[in-house]
Amino acid sequence: MTTPILSIRNLTVEIPTRHGILRPVDNVSYDIGKGEILGVVGESGAGKSMAGNAVIGLLSPPAHIAHGEIHVNGQRVDHLHGDPMRRLRGKEIGMVFQDPLTSLNPLLRIGDQLTETILAHLDVSRAQAEERAIQALDEVGIPGARERINSYPHEFSGGMRQRVVIALALCAEPSLIIADEPTTALDVSVQAQIIALLKDLCRERGTAVMLITHDMGVIAEAADRVAVMYAGKLVELGPVRDVLTTPRHPYTDGLMGSTPLASRGKDRLHQIPGAMPRLDALPTGCAFHPRCPFVQEKCRHDPAPVLTDGTGAACWYPLDKKAEVA
Amino acid sequence: MLAYVIRRVAQSALVLLIVGLVAFSMFRFVGDPIDNMLGQERTQADIERLRTQLGLDQPFPVQYVKFLGGAIQGNFGVSYRQGRPVSDILMERAPATLELAAVSGFLAISIGIALGVFTAIRRNGFTANAIMSLSLIGVSLPTFLIGILLIYLFSVELGWLPSFGRGDTVRIGGWTTGFLTESGLKALILPSITLGLYQMTLIMRLVRSEMLEVLRQDYIRFARARGLRERAVNFRHALKNTLVPVITVTGLQLGSIIAFAIITETVFQWPGVGLLFINAIQFVDIPVMAAYLMLISVMFVGINLIVDLLYFSIDPRLRADRTAAH
Amino acid sequence: MTDMPQSPDTPIAVKDPSRLKLALDSDFIYTFKRSPVAVVSFVVVVIMVLAAIFAPLIAPYNPFDPGSLNLMNGFSKPMEPNQFTGDIFWLGTDDQGRDVFSTILYGMRISLFVGAAAVLFAMVLGITLGLIAGYVGGWTETIIMRTADVQLTFPAILVAMLIFGVAKGITPVEYRDQMAIWVLIIAIGLSDWVQFARVVRGATLVEKNKEYVQAARLIGRTSPAIMLRHILPNVLSPVLVIATISLALAIIAEATLSFLGVGAPPTQPSLGTLIRIGQGFLFSGEWWILLFPAVTLLTLALSVNLLGDWLRDALNPRLR
Repeated sequence: MTTPILSIRNLTVEIPTRHGILRPVDNVSYDIGKGEILGVVGESGAGKSMAGNAVIGLLSPPAHIAHGEIHVNGQRVDHLHGDPMRRLRGKEIGMVFQDPLTSLNPLLRIGDQLTETILAHLDVSRAQAEERAIQALDEVGIPGARERINSYPHEFSGGMRQRVVIALALCAEPSLIIADEPTTALDVSVQAQIIALLKDLCRERGTAVMLITHDMGVIAEAADRVAVMYAGKLVELGPVRDVLTTPRHPYTDGLMGSTPLASRGKDRLHQIPGAMPRLDALPTGCAFHPRCPFVQEKCRHDPAPVLTDGTGAACWYPLDKKAEVA
Repeated sequence: MLAYVIRRVAQSALVLLIVGLVAFSMFRFVGDPIDNMLGQERTQADIERLRTQLGLDQPFPVQYVKFLGGAIQGNFGVSYRQGRPVSDILMERAPATLELAAVSGFLAISIGIALGVFTAIRRNGFTANAIMSLSLIGVSLPTFLIGILLIYLFSVELGWLPSFGRGDTVRIGGWTTGFLTESGLKALILPSITLGLYQMTLIMRLVRSEMLEVLRQDYIRFARARGLRERAVNFRHALKNTLVPVITVTGLQLGSIIAFAIITETVFQWPGVGLLFINAIQFVDIPVMAAYLMLISVMFVGINLIVDLLYFSIDPRLRADRTAAH
Repeated sequence: MTDMPQSPDTPIAVKDPSRLKLALDSDFIYTFKRSPVAVVSFVVVVIMVLAAIFAPLIAPYNPFDPGSLNLMNGFSKPMEPNQFTGDIFWLGTDDQGRDVFSTILYGMRISLFVGAAAVLFAMVLGITLGLIAGYVGGWTETIIMRTADVQLTFPAILVAMLIFGVAKGITPVEYRDQMAIWVLIIAIGLSDWVQFARVVRGATLVEKNKEYVQAARLIGRTSPAIMLRHILPNVLSPVLVIATISLALAIIAEATLSFLGVGAPPTQPSLGTLIRIGQGFLFSGEWWILLFPAVTLLTLALSVNLLGDWLRDALNPRLR
């Protein structure tokens, strides 16, 4: 097997507070291969964005990586700081934020924001950088790129701005893109376009993508594999088809039941009773046990098993839906 | 653009009209100037003569029109106390105040912005914290105490710099300047530091808090995530956005420098309009008070107008929707 | 068991300790105890306020009782026996033989009284106008907020000076000294209401469209009752922060006006008046007459400012 673009091993992010240490990311491991799109899903506060921030080295203090390793293209990055880390950002790891309205500097022309990124990473002249910037805008489907390069962000619509953001993330040709809820702030009508664009561009270039979202529809549309997170822990990991059709973790199952998927043909939406526990008030045993319909005595006392082998569910009693379907 | 400028000029004129009304009401209704100008030994003939001379015997609307007409031509009547035209006195005093305010304003803005940026970038550094603590003392230290302290140190103890007055001045047309003589420049040092220090601390604290706010924005995170150098993030991205709100308040600060000059001029016996004003209050010399009020309003309103127009050169969003209310 | 709701007739005395404990355990008290600057400045402010209130009891001399003054005691140096009378004064005496320590205590009394009264006046005025502007809207709001805008264009100290000057013009000469303190309070208060009005209006606009206010209106509560009972409590923490910072500003403003000779009269000297008097003796070497009032003023203003600064961060980090 070739070296994965991104490899996360036993990653734990901690936030010290006066009530004790919180672990928004707790012992999480997964890989993303070349050209692969890994969807990371979970409720807000499940730790999915925090993991992305840890990879690109932008955790805001006092949050910090407490344990584990992160490798990008075989290079260990979790202990890098300052200039070595900066060189990786944009060049090796690109990032797309949630809200295109706030991710672009309102006072700078988009062309300037593109060329400064290119000049920071590639050894090209200013004129060459501008050509690349125009090309990058063209590739994300902005019509009239040569003229639009002199526009300010407010002169674009929301969807167009997210295209600009994607162009910015890709312009130094990173091998990994972290897309943190890239469509959440957009109109429903343009969400699909943006996802399709992201997917196509990364397929063409063989860029690995960590697609963070709470939208199972987006996952079904774009991802190759899915990582499901709950209360800081990775609860299920596997190919998208398997996880969507035959979830093995009761939480994933509940998540499926609460998502309107046309292909599933169900009439009713289910909801998982209760709410995700706060990180400072985690229950004993499996974090999901108070809400789990299949809870057993063991779940109340023993912490759930940890997923390390790249696929499966972190559950003492994983579901076996294939049998039911058959 | 033109519509906006016209609107702003109209608003400014309205403010001036309101202030003019206040000034006129003061002029007309406050106290009895006859009481103030003539001592205990006064005859009815004296009173009548003075009343006619000052125009106080005319009906209210006539006085009002005369006041407005006079004000537009810079004629504010005769000082109760000095018996000379107020406009002559003001013209004679204005250069001293304007030169002092210009030097202080320059000090306050340049040093204030530099220190504000420094303390924001090195938020938790030792030097930055020390500067912040000192600045709180600066805010708590009344201007007059700073002046007294400087006089004690540099005039009384060290004997380096003069403690009062403007030194030798050179007359150029209707303007007297202290910039061209050694003693004039020396005399300027202590008063301009006194006057500038408080404004400098305010500007510094404002720049710092605005910059910290900007540094939290998504586009700064995005700029970091693109691997831009810290210097580019701080100065190219953060500082420019910081300056937009800072400009308004700095404009107001410049206005208040002229007002705070009253205090500095009293401490240093600086022969400017501020000293004139404070003496006018002590002797209830209403024409001088009214004229000072009008003069300072024109300056404030003028500065505010310039500040608003400055926005256009910095913020492209305003250029786009220039007809909007703000 | 512990989750059982307490019955309404539980005696207050039983409930109180837990509530006190709860209050002491709050984040507010926690951050307070964690911040030595906040604790120290709080203690300093409390001591100074107490010293000001009990000045007549603490002060070794009454500097305003002509009978107790001895001109021979003039210009006594701090902690040294006077060359004529042999009396010792901690902080020395001024030209008329008044004990500097005592005049500072009385001066602080006036400074704090004027500052606090002015802030109170500004607060009541600002909150009232802000509530009305936010709740009533329309023309009333336009007039109030435009006035605020115009006033905000001018520095508070200048507004206070103008009001003082005008008031001085209106008051007959023989009452001027007596009225000076009250004129000062009104002048500083009037120059400072805008901040309160702006914050309260902003908060009122947000609150008045919330369901609970509309519900209160539906069940027939009158507008003043709704404003006082429902909206006001929601704006208290920003108001508290502004009040604290305003207090420091008011104390400085009072001192400045008095220093300029347009504030507290020499018969009722505040710290600013004392500094004005002391400045005259700086060149002749009697530094203590100036230094001690100046240090007192600085300590007072700095402590209140530090407290306000901390309060702002603790209560509402977004407020600038």
